[in-house]
Amino acid sequence: MTLAAFTRMRFAPQIVGFGSLLLAILAFEILIRVGLLNRFIVPMPSQIAGAFERVIFEEQIAERFYLTMKECVSAAALLAVFGVAIGTLLYKVNILRRATETWVAAAAAAPTVLMYPLFLVIFGRSALTIIMMGFVAGLPAVILKTIEGLSGTKRVLLNVGRSFKLTPWQMFWKIQFPSALPTIFTGFKLGLIFALINVVGVEFLINFGGLGQLINDLAERYDLAGTYAAICFVILVSVVFFIVVERAERWLTRAA
Amino acid sequence: MPAATALRPESARERGDILEVKDVTKRFPTPEGAVTAVDDVSLSVRQGEFLAIIGPSGCGKSTLFNIVGGLLGDYEGEVSVAGERITGPHPSVGMVFQEESTFPWRTVLENVGFPLEIEGKPKAQRHDKARHFIKMVGLDGFENRYPNELSGGMRQRVSLARTLASEPKILLMDEPFAALDEQTRLLLGDKVLQIQQELKQTTLLITHNITEAVQLSDRIMVMTYRPGKIKRVVDIDLPRPRTSEVVGSDAFGHYVAQIWADLREEASRGMSDDESRARATGTRRK
Repeated sequence: MTLAAFTRMRFAPQIVGFGSLLLAILAFEILIRVGLLNRFIVPMPSQIAGAFERVIFEEQIAERFYLTMKECVSAAALLAVFGVAIGTLLYKVNILRRATETWVAAAAAAPTVLMYPLFLVIFGRSALTIIMMGFVAGLPAVILKTIEGLSGTKRVLLNVGRSFKLTPWQMFWKIQFPSALPTIFTGFKLGLIFALINVVGVEFLINFGGLGQLINDLAERYDLAGTYAAICFVILVSVVFFIVVERAERWLTRAA
Repeated sequence: MPAATALRPESARERGDILEVKDVTKRFPTPEGAVTAVDDVSLSVRQGEFLAIIGPSGCGKSTLFNIVGGLLGDYEGEVSVAGERITGPHPSVGMVFQEESTFPWRTVLENVGFPLEIEGKPKAQRHDKARHFIKMVGLDGFENRYPNELSGGMRQRVSLARTLASEPKILLMDEPFAALDEQTRLLLGDKVLQIQQELKQTTLLITHNITEAVQLSDRIMVMTYRPGKIKRVVDIDLPRPRTSEVVGSDAFGHYVAQIWADLREEASRGMSDDESRARATGTRRK
């Protein structure tokens, strides 16, 4: 089969992607075995694979996976509801938008994870602290992209709405919001990245359940292979999450 | 010299006019002072008539389109539809825009059914009616496609069907085929002629394309370059029903030449004006 014929195959991108991952794993295995990478810092992929069974059966991974997933879903739900609502409010109230947009943009770049002691005081050492930390970290991205999406509605589409005498409510739900949805989803995905990092990060910092705490425990026991195996589960949470969000985006942008 | 007018001498009721534009002037404020885009324009369109407004770029055609469509206010004069003065968008006036205006998140069927959805028609009823207009513009079989799966010409036909679905008394079209190639434009012209014939649809077309204007219209109103006034009104006495084959006739060529003679002077003025402004901007930058 020629290269051109292979690239036209339906599953070629998946085959290339999976193949590249396997090659990278193999490369790490070789580099560690020949001593080019320090095996006391980076465990061999074969050791990590061997640690999966232990992590799954001895460390209650399913329970921890479920807790981290639950915290992420809760933070995502808050982001979708409040992020889009605040973004819409700022878009509609021009003075409020001009007064706060710079602050919101600055907040997007702020290392909010450092505020975890404050959140601990407010919400206690509970899942709520972790959810709120994830939510606050992702909020600016969703707000900013909601404003951008709504402001970017094509003038001609608004004129179509005006020519059909749409009420302001219809104009928003039938034209502006669906037109802004792709941009809002970009912000939502960005917000989710920040939220996910913060959820696992705060679990790690406050040693409260979930995959973050497991990584902390295993690292403190100097179980490097187990630590990396647990990190693989964090990646799995991220992958599952983004697959779901992408499907929702495809469905919503079509159905909107 | 008094301004030319596209109003006929009898009263509106006697003429059977459905649209009347009377002494309309529109000025836009600019840092250099007010610019008159449309100056004392009067015109009338009778039921079932196809009127084209042609003029060079910057003559205020689109301003007039927006005024008649109710999208632009704060002008002098008055616009009335079937004797009723309009002050904003009016259900009797349907608009087809120059830019691509289909909703990309809706299928062809949902796009065309949009005005019916706004009217609160039940789903089955609006789908039936939407299918009727989709068929009319020749897009049957594409009901479940999204706009990004269609060509530019097909997307403009979706916009046209969507506007027709609202059953307007007057169809306003602002250079709807401007972004299309010449062949597609002629063929879509055929489609518009066929629809106009079938629905007896009163239509006001804004265009800068002489061929398109002559192919489609009963009357053509030629506008001057800024400020936009009516320079001349030409009655097109070509037989109906018409198709794009009419472009090969002697009479068609005669009308095109006649209108170009009027337009040429205005287009040249526009070009010189653009060049002077570009020079002035360049001088200021230096």
